[in-house]
Amino acid sequence: MLYREAGQFKTSYQKDQAIFPIRQDRIAVWALLLAVFIAVPLLADDYWLGSIITPLLVLSLAAIGLNILTGYAGQLSLGTAGFMAVGAFAAYNLNIRVPELPLIVDFLLAGVFAAMVGMVFGLPSLRIKGFYLAVATLAAQFFIEWVFTHVGWFTNYSSSGVISAPPMHILGMTIDTAVEKYLLTLSVVAVLALGAKNMVRSRIGRSWMAVRDKDISAEVIGVPLLSTKLSAFGISSFYCGVAGALWTYCYLGTVEPAAFDLNRSFQVLFMIIIGGVGSILGSFLGAGFIVLLPILLNNIAAMIGHGTLQADTMANLEHIIFGGLIIFFLIVEPHGLARLWQIAKEKLRLWPFPY
Amino acid sequence: MSGKRNIGDVILRCDNISLSFGGVRALTNISVDVREHEVMAIIGPNGAGKSSMLNVINGVYHPQEGTVTYRGQTRRAMKPHETARQGIARTFQNIALFKGMSVLDNIMTGRYTKMKRNFLWQALYWGPNLKEEIEHREVCERVIDFLQIENIRKTPVGRLPYGLQKRVELGRALAAEPDLLLLDEPMAGMNVEEKEDMCRFILDVNDEFGTTIVLIEHDMGVVMDISDRVAVLDYGKKIADGPPEEVRANQDVIDAYLGVAH
Repeated sequence: MLYREAGQFKTSYQKDQAIFPIRQDRIAVWALLLAVFIAVPLLADDYWLGSIITPLLVLSLAAIGLNILTGYAGQLSLGTAGFMAVGAFAAYNLNIRVPELPLIVDFLLAGVFAAMVGMVFGLPSLRIKGFYLAVATLAAQFFIEWVFTHVGWFTNYSSSGVISAPPMHILGMTIDTAVEKYLLTLSVVAVLALGAKNMVRSRIGRSWMAVRDKDISAEVIGVPLLSTKLSAFGISSFYCGVAGALWTYCYLGTVEPAAFDLNRSFQVLFMIIIGGVGSILGSFLGAGFIVLLPILLNNIAAMIGHGTLQADTMANLEHIIFGGLIIFFLIVEPHGLARLWQIAKEKLRLWPFPY
Repeated sequence: MSGKRNIGDVILRCDNISLSFGGVRALTNISVDVREHEVMAIIGPNGAGKSSMLNVINGVYHPQEGTVTYRGQTRRAMKPHETARQGIARTFQNIALFKGMSVLDNIMTGRYTKMKRNFLWQALYWGPNLKEEIEHREVCERVIDFLQIENIRKTPVGRLPYGLQKRVELGRALAAEPDLLLLDEPMAGMNVEEKEDMCRFILDVNDEFGTTIVLIEHDMGVVMDISDRVAVLDYGKKIADGPPEEVRANQDVIDAYLGVAH
């Protein structure tokens, strides 16, 4: 009943093209932003902030990156973690070799390096599509991991092959507590997510979707295929690169190339499949699902099953239920949680009437 | 009708086009002229090479022999996105819309070559980029208004019935404000009413914007009614070219369509 758009007339194209054209949505979004910027740091403890919410945000950012490439431009990729690794190692090397640069510039340049690498590995996309392209990006994943493991220069010849993020300073402030790291991550993710949303509703986003939906008519309209696909690879890898840098600096602190292995790529791919392919919101929902659900199951299991079942049986049960839920959601809505959310909102607009 | 429009000079000249795929000769030595502001129809039995001809004109296929001269520029091989910049737009025989996008987004994509801001401005969606989006939205709204599809502008095209999808595809081509519009069977699979609507749109486009139109169509009634000139292809060769009445009376054309007694 509260969610009605009656009486809200759009009198300009600008208003019609707003991200949230309905007033109730705008209020909700501002409330959400206030909550995550003010209430969460005040209420959540260091464990939640540092070990759950911060990595969740970073993975959301990587999922946005992959969603740009796979969801919007239709180019299947398994190189996500590889591009994250490029960002992580680029930020580290920039930081220790050019210490004059401010941290945010390091992060942005790390994204730019990842974008360049991504565009190189995107070159085959002009000739190969679908699963075959996925295999080509798989090569990127293995190659990048191999380079960072075997070329000592990238890890500054650290004997263990592990890099430790140097202390972070922004405008003279030192960032070392969980709350500060969370706020830094949140700010970067919020700004980049808004940028992604803006791009996908502009000319470049339309050209990506055009290439995804029908490449021949896209080209006939004037969309050059190669540069459009490369722009998707570049911008997608930029997002993954920044996510990799944040993963190192704000979450793990010390990182080895194995932190960005193929499993991470798959994890991010599952996030966008469950969250919603071709949806920025879906990137967040998918990351939330994959990160939070196992924790929830774990807590529920601990509550009910304590003492009745053996610990290893419990652990297996959790995996079974987690897998079952993934299949359940994919059957209920193959287009992901974002579509479920959209359907729910459409229903809510009419509620309590059926139509 | 033809009194109002000035059919001008030749805008597009195809010279001795030959195109083959492996051993199959799709087109053999075809020369066709298209004059400014006219409606020209290409007809012929199935497999005559009509669609191949359109694909050569807008650069999807590159002929082995012959040249295409458009507005004084001669070429043999040019990419479709380059011909789009020169002002050639087209629709497809099988609908080739962007299924996951709304009607409005499909039509906005037609403005691609006219928009200039780079992706950094687009990421901001502010200032010059916002202004540009709104300017082009206005052009698209005029197209939407012209085609009378206001009520479905936010609908994903996959949900629309066939006739409307065809109309949206025409809208996407029109949004590019082309000088030369290639229509590949714009009325295939439509009922009489939809065909009449589509004819009216084609004639209005030609009349109001002066767009030169080359269309492929199987409905002879439509072809004879709306075109200024008709070219007939059969087995990749041009067998006739002229005003509709003349072509209708041509013995080769009658033979091609009805068969010859041996």
